Amino acid sequence: MDRTTIDLWVGIFVALGVAALLGLAMKVGNLTSSKIGDTYSVSAAFENIGSLKPHAPVKSAGVVVGRVDSITFDSSKYEAIVKINIDKRYPFPKDTFANIYTAGLLGEQYVGLEAGGDEDTLKNGDKIIKTQDAVVLEKMISQFLFSKASENKSDDKSDDGSNSKATKAKSTELGAAPF
Amino acid sequence: MIKSTLHISIIRTLRGIGSRMIERTWRLGAGARLFFLTLVYSGESFRRFNLTLREVYSTGVMSLLIIIVSAFFVGMVLALQGYNTLQKYGSSEAIGVLVALSLVRELGPVVTALLFAGRAGTAITAEIGLMKTTEQLSAMEMMAVNPIARVIAPRFWAGVISMPILASLFSMVGILGGYLVAVPLIGVDDGAFWSQMQANVDFRLDIVNGVIKSIVFGVACTMIALFEGYDAPPTAEGVSRATTRTVVISSLTVLALDFILTSFMLEV
Repeated sequence: MDRTTIDLWVGIFVALGVAALLGLAMKVGNLTSSKIGDTYSVSAAFENIGSLKPHAPVKSAGVVVGRVDSITFDSSKYEAIVKINIDKRYPFPKDTFANIYTAGLLGEQYVGLEAGGDEDTLKNGDKIIKTQDAVVLEKMISQFLFSKASENKSDDKSDDGSNSKATKAKSTELGAAPF
Repeated sequence: MIKSTLHISIIRTLRGIGSRMIERTWRLGAGARLFFLTLVYSGESFRRFNLTLREVYSTGVMSLLIIIVSAFFVGMVLALQGYNTLQKYGSSEAIGVLVALSLVRELGPVVTALLFAGRAGTAITAEIGLMKTTEQLSAMEMMAVNPIARVIAPRFWAGVISMPILASLFSMVGILGGYLVAVPLIGVDDGAFWSQMQANVDFRLDIVNGVIKSIVFGVACTMIALFEGYDAPPTAEGVSRATTRTVVISSLTVLALDFILTSFMLEV
């Protein structure tokens, strides 16, 4: 075979390979979406981060505004310190509320930011004070069971007690105003 | 009398095991030496890049068809099988993630390496074995041409260059095959297919690691094929045996290496 024909075929081969890799990077991987320009970094302390991981998205109103940079453990307060990089285009007030939410019922966890009303904005190195921990399913279930059990106990009491107690329990159940 | 024949047969078995072990160890050492020599004498394959280019044609370009066709079918089967299980849990949209991650992380590099060993590795072994049988390699040495620099190294680098290209093509074509089955045929939502995939496939952790795997497999497969050819007894039977050994040893090495690499790459 002529050498120039070989060159042509090898050229096509390499071009196909580069195109496939580019396609993987752009269409399959999240190379484009994970690219955030200039960022500022803030930290937040949580008592429980659930299964939050580095590179998890930081969302506000459902829009990705940043990524979790690192998660460390503060052994003096026994808290998790989560460092977040937020896009410079999105300033947030100082009293922004940081929550850890779960995408879907069993999906991955992300940090949700809810803006407060402060005039000052968060700057590089600031700390978010208002935080809410991740919801741990086991904790929630045990709380639910505990409250159910205490409810049953009060129901038992009202059964052997007077009628007024039963009506009172009913009124609180309906959520009537206590006046 | 009985005791003595038993005695002899035990000793014979032990001797057989021992000689086989020594033979394997010797071959491993010789292979490692050939690998080292290939690296040392690989200057010429870059200075005279036409040599390498011609080998890229015969190992890489000629493997394109088998790689693309099998990738297409592997992707389609993955989508069918994955959908069958995922829809039981009401998460058929995750089919894109399943197809992409299994192809990019595992099936792309591994199946490509197995096909590469069968398609290109055997050709390399047979070619070099026949060169040795017909005394072309000795003729080169007589003319003061180093056969390792002239014959072995260009083929080695061609294999190392071809493997990652073939593996990325395999992954991409496989994902397209999975897309064809999942979206137009089964009716999974088009947007969910791609967006879930993009949310869960990481460029550094998944795609780059897959490429690293394919480069390692390329080194292993090509080196095994080259060594088996270079080491083949100069007879017709010897070359045929060497070709068979190339496929067997390459496949086993690829699967074992895959386990080792994966355990390094997944941070458990």
